[in-house]
Amino acid sequence: MSETRAPQGDGGGGMPGGPGESMRLEVRDEEQGGLQTQEMNLNIGPQHPATHGVLRVVLDLDGERIARAEPVIGYMHRGFEKLAEHRDYRQIIALVNRHDWLSAFCNEIGVALAVETMMELEVPERAQWIRTLLCEWNRIMNHLMFVGSFGLELGALTPVFYAFREREEIQHLMESATGGRLHFTFCRVGGLKDDLPLGFLKASEQLVPVIRQRVQDYRDLLLGNEIFQARTSGVGKLPAEVALDYGVSGPALHATGVAEDARVTEPYAKYADVDVRVPTGETGDSYDRFRVLLDRIDASLDIVAQCLDNMPSGPVNVKLPKQVKAPEGAVYVRTENPLGQGGYYLVSDGKKYPWRLKMRTPSFSNISMLPYLLEGELLPNMIAILGSVYFVVGDIDR
Amino acid sequence: MESILTFDSLGFTLAVKLVAVVAFFLLAPLVVGYMEHKVLGDMQSRVGPYEAGIGPVKFGVGQLVADGAKFIQKEDIIPRAADKWVFAAAPAVALVPTLLILVVVPFGPGAWAENLDVGLFFALAASGVTVIGILMAGWASANKYSLMGGLRDAAQLIAYELPLVLAGAAVALQAGSLSLVDIVQAQGSASLLGLPVWFGIPQIAGLALFFVAAMAELNRPPFDMPIADSEIIFGHMTEYTGIRYAMFMLSEYAGMVVLSALAVVLFLGGWYIVPGTTWPYEQLGPAASALLGFGVTMGKIIILAFLMVWARATLPRLREDQLQTMAWMVLIPLALAQIVVVGVLEVVA
Repeated sequence: MSETRAPQGDGGGGMPGGPGESMRLEVRDEEQGGLQTQEMNLNIGPQHPATHGVLRVVLDLDGERIARAEPVIGYMHRGFEKLAEHRDYRQIIALVNRHDWLSAFCNEIGVALAVETMMELEVPERAQWIRTLLCEWNRIMNHLMFVGSFGLELGALTPVFYAFREREEIQHLMESATGGRLHFTFCRVGGLKDDLPLGFLKASEQLVPVIRQRVQDYRDLLLGNEIFQARTSGVGKLPAEVALDYGVSGPALHATGVAEDARVTEPYAKYADVDVRVPTGETGDSYDRFRVLLDRIDASLDIVAQCLDNMPSGPVNVKLPKQVKAPEGAVYVRTENPLGQGGYYLVSDGKKYPWRLKMRTPSFSNISMLPYLLEGELLPNMIAILGSVYFVVGDIDR
Repeated sequence: MESILTFDSLGFTLAVKLVAVVAFFLLAPLVVGYMEHKVLGDMQSRVGPYEAGIGPVKFGVGQLVADGAKFIQKEDIIPRAADKWVFAAAPAVALVPTLLILVVVPFGPGAWAENLDVGLFFALAASGVTVIGILMAGWASANKYSLMGGLRDAAQLIAYELPLVLAGAAVALQAGSLSLVDIVQAQGSASLLGLPVWFGIPQIAGLALFFVAAMAELNRPPFDMPIADSEIIFGHMTEYTGIRYAMFMLSEYAGMVVLSALAVVLFLGGWYIVPGTTWPYEQLGPAASALLGFGVTMGKIIILAFLMVWARATLPRLREDQLQTMAWMVLIPLALAQIVVVGVLEVVA
């Protein structure tokens, strides 16, 4: 360890849990003259199975109890916001679906909406309905991923295989329309790249009841399991006020009972014309967060069904000049991404590149409450909390 | 009854018994491991291994052999900060007790290596030694995750060892012997209220808690907190590679076989097929009955191992403190109650 030691002197250097700090041991004497104990400093990550990705959490452990927890981020910082200042809007769409790779399509919409709002473009009806439809399919895919990984982190091996089976079917659907499996890049300013392929709507219709049935399987397999309940209920309780203070959004916020959802409060695409159900929890613990996640899949399936019923015919994009330029000004658009609230603050000086594109990503705000949630918890509970806060590391670091 | 592996020459007898026990020790885990591969695959809507085969027989039967060959080729890494001798010895310490238990387990009439008068005591005592190997591995690895895994395992030992021993004590009480062979033979004629049953019926609670405690001893899900991969990487095995890691894995699967075998012998009538009768072993010669008994016992072992695999596919992991609560608040009182029940039954009958 000594080879990589940071600045000497204050015994640690600036970085929490850095090379210096991990050498530091807090020695404290027990008041009642018991055994002298030390807190153990433990780095969870950046390479650790529970942090899915490269999140790092620096823990001070007293036995198995967490005395202090600090998330350290930035291992996956790729500078998307800066990159966006040197890309035109078509290219930016290929960029923003990469920071949160599990919600690719939902991210694309945000940027397209921002540019469209500035240009005061009228997006064709059919394009809007298709956006809503694909957005919800993407949301379901995202949630299935977390359903599976949460089970895996709690030691249940099977749900993740089931979740990937379901994901694969939706993946096929998305692939048939967009040609992509992860980075769809299907959205365009003013509409979509293409119309849906033949048979897409029919296949969607057939898939809805299948997924609905299998979500019920997850409920039986996980929510109904006593061990699952023992591991999650009452663990990582988040009061609504604290969640709002930290800017938590998405399923983690809904689990606390606050039903704030951009699809309802500030509808975009065609969310104003469909019935959006926002499932909420009561206690805001890990169990509630997971239950809300499963219910959200159901709610999304409802929206998919409504989109299929209402799908109009017509064009899917508007004629635009080759070089799209947003007029001078600024706009803030918010969307309900699968993990929570996504915000896109676009400042344009009228050129073909944006002057600034600031992204508000849900994962960043969601993990900022980790120190609050983890303090005083047992180490195994950390897994139940990390797995149910729902974050994508790329979405934290951007 | 004498073991069928007994011959006139002591040296030859010893050699045959050693070879038989070691061969079983190496082969039976392969069977159980293959079963786990296939059953888990089926339960998780995937195929499991299907390419690797032995000769023309495919369906993945050679997968574990291939895995073993791979482990042997891997570099044997010992971390610089590790306590080298302890680190190197730990897998063997974890593995050997399982081999020792096999010496006393009877698989069929005459199909055992040694019939000790204190067989049950010996088996339960030896099974506790495995934990020392795990503690050694956890401490010597010089890794915080390994240390936590080792300590969790030590805590788990205290929690499950007591119910395991108490459940065994109830069986010894009913059989009137500590010899595993006597325990099986006592089940040939055991009855409850006039009905012919094996010990597993009057001692259903004992059977259940023996099985649960056995899963905890083996660190099988849902009691795999000491190696919980999503929490502490792989517990005491985190720093192990190659053949030493394979030895830990072998000790887990051999442990599944051995503890299932103990459960079969103690509660499920050993090699007997129908409760209340020793049919058809009287009609058969010694070799045939030993072979049949071995097959029946293995069948029962596979069924129990299947239950363990099923639990792994279905259940999430408990928390260490929840296991402790369960052990002290449920399992141990239950085990004590079981002893009382058996004692009353023995006196009344």
